[in-house]
Amino acid sequence: MEHEITLVVNGAARRVRVPGRRLLSDCLRHDLGLTGTHVGCEHGVCGCCTVLLDGEPVRSCLTFAVTVDGHEITTVEGLAGPDGMSAVQRAFAECHGLQCGFCTPGFLCTVTALLRDNPAPTDEEVVEGISGNLCRCTGYQNIVKAVHRAAELIAEET
Amino acid sequence: MTTRLFGEAVQRREDPRLLTGGGRYLDDLGSGALEAAFVRSPHAHARIRDIDVSAALDVDGLVAIYTWEDLPERVGRPLPLLIPHPALTHGRTAYPLARDVVRHVGEPVVMVVARDRYLAEDACGLIEVDYEPLKPVVGLEEAVQGAQLVHEDVPGNVGAHLVQEVPSRTGRSAREAIEASPHTLAFRLDIERSASMPLEGRGVYARWDGSDLRVYTSTQTSTSVRMAVAAALGLPLPHVEVIAPDVGGGFGVKIVHPWPEEILVPWAAMRLGQEVKWTEDRREHFISSAHERGQVQHVRVGFDDDGVVNGLDVTILHDHGAYTPYGIIVPIITSTQLLGPYRIGAYRVEFSAVYTNTVQVTPYRGAGRPQAVFCMERTMDKIARYLGKDRTEVRAANFIGPDEFPYDQGMTFQDGRPLIYDSGDYPTMLRMIKELIGWDDFEPAEHRGIGIGCYVEGTGVGPYEGGHVQITSDGRVHVSTGLTSQGQGHETVFAQIAATELGVPIERISVVTGDTRRFGYAVGTFASRAAVMSGNAIALACRKVREKALRIAAEALEADPGDLEIADGLVHVVGTPSASIPLSTVAVLANPLRYAFDEETAKATQFSGTASPDKPPVAEGDEPGLEGRDYYSPIRSTFAAGMHAAIVETDPLTAEIKVLRYAVVHDCGRLINPMIVEGQIHGGVAQGIGGALYERMVYDGHGQLLNASFMDFLMPYVTEIPHIETAHLETPSPLNPLGIKGAGEAGVIPVSAVIAGAIEDAEGIEIDRMPISPSELFDLRNLAGQDAQTPCDDREP
Repeated sequence: MEHEITLVVNGAARRVRVPGRRLLSDCLRHDLGLTGTHVGCEHGVCGCCTVLLDGEPVRSCLTFAVTVDGHEITTVEGLAGPDGMSAVQRAFAECHGLQCGFCTPGFLCTVTALLRDNPAPTDEEVVEGISGNLCRCTGYQNIVKAVHRAAELIAEET
Repeated sequence: MTTRLFGEAVQRREDPRLLTGGGRYLDDLGSGALEAAFVRSPHAHARIRDIDVSAALDVDGLVAIYTWEDLPERVGRPLPLLIPHPALTHGRTAYPLARDVVRHVGEPVVMVVARDRYLAEDACGLIEVDYEPLKPVVGLEEAVQGAQLVHEDVPGNVGAHLVQEVPSRTGRSAREAIEASPHTLAFRLDIERSASMPLEGRGVYARWDGSDLRVYTSTQTSTSVRMAVAAALGLPLPHVEVIAPDVGGGFGVKIVHPWPEEILVPWAAMRLGQEVKWTEDRREHFISSAHERGQVQHVRVGFDDDGVVNGLDVTILHDHGAYTPYGIIVPIITSTQLLGPYRIGAYRVEFSAVYTNTVQVTPYRGAGRPQAVFCMERTMDKIARYLGKDRTEVRAANFIGPDEFPYDQGMTFQDGRPLIYDSGDYPTMLRMIKELIGWDDFEPAEHRGIGIGCYVEGTGVGPYEGGHVQITSDGRVHVSTGLTSQGQGHETVFAQIAATELGVPIERISVVTGDTRRFGYAVGTFASRAAVMSGNAIALACRKVREKALRIAAEALEADPGDLEIADGLVHVVGTPSASIPLSTVAVLANPLRYAFDEETAKATQFSGTASPDKPPVAEGDEPGLEGRDYYSPIRSTFAAGMHAAIVETDPLTAEIKVLRYAVVHDCGRLINPMIVEGQIHGGVAQGIGGALYERMVYDGHGQLLNASFMDFLMPYVTEIPHIETAHLETPSPLNPLGIKGAGEAGVIPVSAVIAGAIEDAEGIEIDRMPISPSELFDLRNLAGQDAQTPCDDREP
């Protein structure tokens, strides 16, 4: 049985018909064409599929689309503003915080929420903040650096 | 604006796309394509009695179900054995879909195609396969006993056996040299399995238009997949194109090809006349792609009072899993790279590659070298411990000297060519790593230890790569090369090379990799070879284009080509910047036209007066267009090197192991982009720490992989990786025009050796198995406590 739901994705209301078992990750990727959200394990461990649900990071691979009917979702496609990439995105580029880029959207969403809640995190808080996301390429060192750099950029710009 | 970008930490050109959700990975393509799913064997070893698909036929959205019997003869043949070797006397590969017998859990048995993946999996769940379970062979010990066979026609489960001997300069064999040595040690080392584990699994998407096939696949070699697919499907090569889109990590596993799915998905697309896609899920990746590491080594070494090795004799048991599609490259690399930066008196190495009913073993970043370095560096540590010497002193006593290059190790390397090191400076490197970690100032303390590991890595293996460079009439430079990218930043470093060679701003340069529509001749991305091979090929192609540009510009400017240079996309007379012509115009002039499409191209038409009426518009031996193609094919590999050191702390109660500091000195010749090289090292070290402390494939006696998920296979998070301190030494390679060596795999290679040495130093217990968990260290402590009164059992009298 299919359900008609409305998701507010990156600020736009999107109506979609999905079976009850449709994962939010699949709905975003394949029903709405927002393929920036990636799926690395489908069991909630790697964090590649992290999106912001009403502003909070969630695993979209562990969420049924029907359960978030009417909610606001931000994906990596929604992080950039009208003037270009967000401070977090720019910091990742500047600090070489990505290689293959597959885990990156999950990190970006996680870090966006982290810095919103804690604009000047300590090293420990950064490590804690991104400790639910796997990256197989970077060894994390430049991701940690990018989070601090993003905090600086945000502070400079506000 | 400078265009001398070689050696600069240029920011990556692929990042804006990857940071904004604009990447195009395999599963991002093919919206609306049919989707495939596979019924895979739940048994490690079984005979297929019957396959009953009847219950699946009613699934809404089902399109097709295929078993081996449904495949045409050509499609159903065993997959190719990619790298034959005379020692691989019993090479065996799988069928695309199992025929009669399954030999590991995860082997594909039935392919289902449906409207979407959910429905395809519904159908898979309703297909009943009747198996007659056979006794599985799991683990090296069981395999060599040979009581049960993985392949009925492979006696003793031995697929390959190879002995290589390098006598001493006086003609002594390794065994003789060991016997004649004042000191000898013998010991056994074990390394468990791990795997590449890219965060994007494999995937294939195929479209067929009635005459042409286009295949997208998450691969490390699109050109070779193309040839394999064309052969399997009986298509003329020009009618098949293969594209590696953005690839979410490879680390070796994606160099294997053609995977069953790379044949079956295109075949189904042709048969059904519809687009078909398959995206691997994580469990499939664990049980049906490939693993690596997995060796037992028996070592005997003879040495003198200074720790100088007179003879080394290593016998390796290599677990190849159920099949050998990639030949015996991994144990060959272990055997040859084991010698590291050392001048070993006499060397004998013997390996047996045996079959087990487990996932096949093919290269994972490092490709046999982590095992090799573990063996040699454990050996050096044991010699030092035995003689009561500093571990770095023993290493230094065995180093090849900086004045001894080229240094011939007397063996045949993985490229079939002599193992001759091209350049290096190991004593300087040792000095650097000791300073970086503070070796001499390290204060020994209980449960704190320091370790070191040295390695040499053959990189940039042939046979060749090519590059094509085209400057179009808008002044843009289009670079293409056939090998593929999985996050190494090729779009950036190859553009840096082109910018430097051509004198064009990097913003006007674009790079395409892994697309057979753009470049058809290539080998692939593996063995830390992309920068060396394609980097040099692109530089050579740029030089051709530059020469042509200068020739055409010289005619237009009525100057001597030798007086011209290119800067910022303008060709000008040296010392007279006003006498110049943009490359865009040169590109126009390079292509005599009949028809103009804008003001610029009008300059190249027949009545423009730019061409001499006395010569043919395209001179004999010349070609239209400002473009060039060239290839780089080295005589043999170039040898990078590195030394790592670490300080670890172990918990006195829980035996938890913490890496306090990790230092790397690395030499990959000239650096193209230091930021990217550092990133490669960081990532490699992180994988190495995973392999040393956390990652292993846990099979039970039935051949079930017990930890086939990210919940149980422990890849490091940020919380497990220490800060990595790096320093670079640059000894250019004399073998290639750019003087570069590869860097991709380096970081991972010595980590297990380094961590083992540091734990041993902290605990005073010999560490001969990797990875090591806290509970294993705890058990070793207990054992050592019991054995405290008896002498160490690995030392010969």
